[in-house]
Amino acid sequence: MSALIETEKLTRVLPETVPVTLVKDITLAIDEREFVAVTGPSGSGKSSLLYLLGLLDRPTAGTLRIGGRDTEPMNERERARTRLSMLGFVFQFHFLLPEFTARENVEIPMRKLGQLARPQMRERAGELLSSLGLSEHLDKRPDQLSGGQRQRVAVARSLANDPPLILADEPTGSLDSKSSEQVFAILENLVRERGKTVVAVTHDLDMAARMDRRIHIVDGKIG
Amino acid sequence: MPLIFDIAITHIAGRGRQTLVAVIGVAVGVGFSIAMAALMQGGQDDFVRQLVDTMPHVDITDEQRTARRQPAEDAFATVAISGLRPRDDRRGIINPTAATSWLESWIPGRFAASLKTQGVIRYSSREVGAAIIGIEPERESGVSPIVGDFVEGSFSALAAGGNNVLIGDTMASRLGAGFGDTITAVSSEGLTRNFKIAGLFHTGTTARDEGEAYVLLKNAQILSARPNAINEIRIKLDDPNRAPAVAHRAEAELGYKAVAWQEANESILEALVVRNVIMYTVVGAIMLVAGFGIYNIISTITHEKARDIAIMKSLGFPESDMRRLFLLEGVAIGAAGSVLGALLGFSMTYALSLVRFEIAATGQEMTRLPIAWSLMHYVIASAFALGSAAVAGYLPARRAARLNPVEIIRGAS
Ligand SMILES: Nc1ncnc2c1ncn2[C@@H]1O[C@H](COP(=O)(O)OP(=O)(O)OP(=O)(O)O)[C@@H](O)[C@H]1O
Ligand SMILES: [Mg+2]
Repeated sequence: MSALIETEKLTRVLPETVPVTLVKDITLAIDEREFVAVTGPSGSGKSSLLYLLGLLDRPTAGTLRIGGRDTEPMNERERARTRLSMLGFVFQFHFLLPEFTARENVEIPMRKLGQLARPQMRERAGELLSSLGLSEHLDKRPDQLSGGQRQRVAVARSLANDPPLILADEPTGSLDSKSSEQVFAILENLVRERGKTVVAVTHDLDMAARMDRRIHIVDGKIG
Repeated sequence: MPLIFDIAITHIAGRGRQTLVAVIGVAVGVGFSIAMAALMQGGQDDFVRQLVDTMPHVDITDEQRTARRQPAEDAFATVAISGLRPRDDRRGIINPTAATSWLESWIPGRFAASLKTQGVIRYSSREVGAAIIGIEPERESGVSPIVGDFVEGSFSALAAGGNNVLIGDTMASRLGAGFGDTITAVSSEGLTRNFKIAGLFHTGTTARDEGEAYVLLKNAQILSARPNAINEIRIKLDDPNRAPAVAHRAEAELGYKAVAWQEANESILEALVVRNVIMYTVVGAIMLVAGFGIYNIISTITHEKARDIAIMKSLGFPESDMRRLFLLEGVAIGAAGSVLGALLGFSMTYALSLVRFEIAATGQEMTRLPIAWSLMHYVIASAFALGSAAVAGYLPARRAARLNPVEIIRGAS
């Protein structure tokens, strides 16, 4: 069986007057059900790598395969479609749509994909949020929730279309230790109980130590 | 409801006041355009109606469009002879009986033959130049511009026979003559005849009220010493729009110049076209201004919502969805403005239709503003508004769709 993510000499250079290399020659493979930490000093290129893996950015050299499929020939539409069905993002800051309630935010990717009937979407959104301990807060808007609660809504949203891969960029970076622990436990649970693959950037070495594998990035390279 | 629609509504609702201003901008534009179109079209229709009412739809006169071929040209096979002095024809429509019975057989409308001659009307040493028009009252009543406009006496007085004349009230006052007085008509042939004023009309057309005198056809023929002659056939059609075709056929058959009212008023009708072009230019300009309002708000929204755009793109919305989203917002504002504008336009048009005023010159006629009610005005104004809204929404929408989510996500964290 091929890996969920496979890269070969993945490179991203910004075409400035003095070209800036964000990511350089990264070759790696991540299997299904892996819980992977991406670590490294600030500015080393961790986020940049995650954006490439998440099809938000295009590499300038090297190859990236997701689910065995080469992403190079995909057009903008196909990349969007792949993000919708295969990937879930969790960023450091919550990034919810402010006008919609927690439940509506979770429903949005489902509505875009359009594979369920509306009542089922509503039900599934409720279940996802409840499983993350938010059953009391389904109909609150983001500004009525705490930072930790918002981050859990974001996790629920990343799970909306049941993607195999969750990419998290410092998901606990803006949370206190209690909320951090809670969010970490949820991510771990996704891998152990729901069979997801989670790739999470973290500065917290304790947390990284509790994950399956660590990819250390220095100056855009695996180090 | 479609997802994009839901999102668009939250964006618009989130900027209530600015949205309202943009909607009102469009509404005012649409409303004024509609009211202006109703007024301009109304004026135009009214004007054309008056033209059509007061003029013959087709006027056949004893003239020719090109000079008549001279006998010498027929006798000698030369290409053209210049400097020939035309034979002095007796003017008039030759064989009038044949012409009228031919017209009778097919004209979809009414017509009347008449003899018009220039002369002078005299009354107690005052003189006024006049077109003395000989008519047959029965036929004339079908085409006459004066039948319904009598101040004193009536048109039928002429039919009673005798030496009666109908003149305009302006001519009467210039002569100092009144109803029942006897005036003297002098023709250009130098013949003189007395007529009794049996009717005074006021049509509102100055040239007519001041310069036309109607007598029986035979009296006019006697005055101009041309028994049985006529020199004009005026036709009123059931459908004035068919005038050019009728004129063409009559001219081809009779050989005399037949002028449709459209041809006679060509320059006026052209001026109306110019007026319409100006009107739609103004409507376009108003809509352009309204479009700026929409452009402004959609631009603002796309800047404010840059973060949301990045979120949606990261979730898996393609660029086309983002374009559609903001285009939809622009069009929604345009549509709301159109609906409101149609109501505003209707109200303003209605208010204008209630305005009455006196024509200062005569001081007696109460007149309404001429208003044309046409669904077309609403459709055109709304189409202009939606079109400019679509363009005004599309430009920022396209820019927003191209936003690079990575830059925004980096910038936010
Ligand atoms: N648009 C840009 N222009 C110039 N340099 C850039 C640009 N974007 C990113 N960089 C640089 O690229 C490098 C990698 O950035 P990246 O965000 O991937 O680092 P990171 O490892 O995620 O850092 P952190 O831990 O602080 O989040 C940094 O040195 C950053 O300054
Ligand atoms: Mg980072």
